[in-house]
Amino acid sequence: MEFQFSDDQMALQEGIRTFCEGRFPFDAIPELEKEPFNRGIQGELAEMGIFALRLPEEQGGLGLGMADAAIVFAELGRRVVPGPVIWGNVLAGLIDGVATGEVIVGGLDHTLGTSPGPAMVEHGSQLDALIVLRKDGIHRIEASALDGERVKDPLDPLTPILGVPSLPAGERIADADTASRVRLEATTLTSAFFLGIAESTQEYAVAYAKGREQFDRPIAGFQAIKHMAADMYVKQEVARAAVYAAGCSVDDPEIGDPIRAVASARVVAGEAAMHNSRKCVQIYGGMGFTWEMPPHYYLKRTWVLENAFGTGEDAAETVADHIRLV
Amino acid sequence: MDLRYSDADEKFRHELRSWLEAEVPLHGAPPDRSDWDARRVYDSGWQGKLFEAGYAGVNWPAEYGGRGATLTEELVYYEEYARAKAPYVGMNFVGLRHGGPTLIAEGSELQKSEHLPRILRGEEIWCQGFSEPNAGSDLAALKTTAERDGDDYVINGHKIWTSFAQKADLCELLVRTDPAASKHRGISWVVMPMDLPGISIQPLDTIRGESDFAEMFLENVRVPCENLVGEENDGWRITNVTLRFERGSAWAQDIYELKEFLSDLSILARKITRHDATAWDDIGLRREAGHLAAEADALWAMMKWQLGEVARTGMPGLGGSALKLAFTELNQRVYEFGTRLMARASLSRNDLADLPNGRTVDTFLNTLSLTIAAGSSQVQRNIVSERILEMPREPR
Ligand SMILES: Cc1cc2nc3c(=O)[nH]c(=O)nc-3n(C[C@H](O)[C@H](O)[C@H](O)COP(=O)(O)OP(=O)(O)OC[C@H]3O[C@@H](n4cnc5c(N)ncnc54)[C@H](O)[C@@H]3O)c2cc1C
Repeated sequence: MEFQFSDDQMALQEGIRTFCEGRFPFDAIPELEKEPFNRGIQGELAEMGIFALRLPEEQGGLGLGMADAAIVFAELGRRVVPGPVIWGNVLAGLIDGVATGEVIVGGLDHTLGTSPGPAMVEHGSQLDALIVLRKDGIHRIEASALDGERVKDPLDPLTPILGVPSLPAGERIADADTASRVRLEATTLTSAFFLGIAESTQEYAVAYAKGREQFDRPIAGFQAIKHMAADMYVKQEVARAAVYAAGCSVDDPEIGDPIRAVASARVVAGEAAMHNSRKCVQIYGGMGFTWEMPPHYYLKRTWVLENAFGTGEDAAETVADHIRLV
Repeated sequence: MDLRYSDADEKFRHELRSWLEAEVPLHGAPPDRSDWDARRVYDSGWQGKLFEAGYAGVNWPAEYGGRGATLTEELVYYEEYARAKAPYVGMNFVGLRHGGPTLIAEGSELQKSEHLPRILRGEEIWCQGFSEPNAGSDLAALKTTAERDGDDYVINGHKIWTSFAQKADLCELLVRTDPAASKHRGISWVVMPMDLPGISIQPLDTIRGESDFAEMFLENVRVPCENLVGEENDGWRITNVTLRFERGSAWAQDIYELKEFLSDLSILARKITRHDATAWDDIGLRREAGHLAAEADALWAMMKWQLGEVARTGMPGLGGSALKLAFTELNQRVYEFGTRLMARASLSRNDLADLPNGRTVDTFLNTLSLTIAAGSSQVQRNIVSERILEMPREPR
């Protein structure tokens, strides 16, 4: 057993971090808002191996595991990288062209049912195909068959939404077991993305608090602020342990029931991301309520992900169903 | 990152499981909490059995009677111990979980070879004489003095909240050896035998109505200078070593036990009827159980990292404060959940037929101490924000 990153994992993390900080710095967000995602960005992400990460080397992949992917997706979360990145990663082995970034796929998880209103398809106008996870398997709908309208004001400025009132059935491309596996993997990556959000919002909040002065001293010196920050750190570290454990369990179920481990990670990481992004707004004060500052982007992306592959409450129920009964 | 157990670990698991299955029932139920003599016999007796079987001090060096086991064996040990519902560490808490570990890190060769094997055999019960009436969270404000007189320290002072003082053989005691030095300097960490003249113990009743802690009055107690651990006046640093263990790794067993307790509760909830269905049919209750179990899973994963750090560096890191914060608060929520599940049966602190109601509500009361003792949650938040996040410091 080894609880530290291997040298390769450290290099992987550092490489992705450098890329994300260079390509998606906070200053780039106003420009990105005009078009958060397109084929060019998809190509750059593919170049970094974001989609091919877990494919075997003979299929042009990096041959890495889920724990490695979790490290990578936490980095994407730190910079709220836009695009259907999770779908790209989990479908790279199933749909030709996804791994290389030539084909853009996004998706909907309808395993537990549908939402009220039209189907809200993230980055709908940029997709080549829409993938729907249903109880009976994975379904593919060609973009040309999607009859929808762009939502004027999407919640997350970096996640444009195509509202599709009636979703065609599409073609079933994989069975129910494959759909469950894809959902499990996607939930792991979602949890990792949450971890990155929790980390980043903690760091933004602490940095802001150290710079902002009131009553002739930095607000970071007020215990009410320090204790909020400490709680943010705790949530982030608890989430980190759970997310890495989930990744390792998916790679090797001998380590522990992967369904429970992933659901547990989803619960604590989702909670950490929501808690931390809200506290980040609070610590920034009025600034936190503005469009110009980072906190709202994290809060809004958290909400998008909270509704992606089942909610935190759904995950809590999964954990409950998997409590060992001896 | 590699979280797999090896075949050797699994073999160890198997042996330990068989041993526990045979021995735990033989040791019987713990005695009444007010019967101190019986409690000492029970706790020490069990520790002695662990020692004889080679299961005491799993991660302690073999030369002092420990098992010198690998980190993974240590983890297996905690998991199996909790699964078997083996006896709680009880009075051996201080010796096994932070007194002994402090000696391993800071003690002299003589101190280690004298005390460590005796702690492991259950022959030496330790208590902790840190807190004073005016030195709680602000521990470094302690006033108990130790003046050198020949080969002895002559100690005078007043300690409080000393758990198991009535039955302890030794005390890890903090004293002020240089009254002229600033607050954090001039403190020393000494081992005080509890049978010396001049020590008087005044039991205090806890929230559970038992006298698990006490006030300790020290009047001209002569402790040999050789009982000093580390350097004179370097006690604050050593105190922080003790506290790192007390906050960081001391709870490993307890975290896994929390996971087991949630399993027990979910089984019980399937038998309790409520609104013409079982309690487990209530989706709100199931989700709450799921949230708690998810956090317990995460904390066990976090504890593994923490123990990994101990195995590498010899001591838990500052992250132990984060773990303590999360664990103590989760523990309260889990036992509160259990208490709610017992509904009106929780009005009895004694177990009723086939129900763990008494244990549950009593443990819930006990969990309230966890966010106070070993540095309150507020103190841990100060530590995390100041030492890890480098935010400005509180007045010290
Ligand atoms: C069950 C139990 C067993 C114990 N066993 C032992 C033992 O064996 N040996 C031993 O030496 N001690 C023991 N203790 C004592 C324990 O370490 C102290 O209770 C603890 O350090 C808190 O000190 P205090 O009780 O004086 O509370 P105080 O320090 O008076 O704290 C009161 C409140 O003020 C808050 N507070 C204090 N300072 C700050 C600050 N700077 N910022 C924000 N909030 C603050 C605290 O969080 C707390 O809520 C035990 C305590 C309990 C409950």
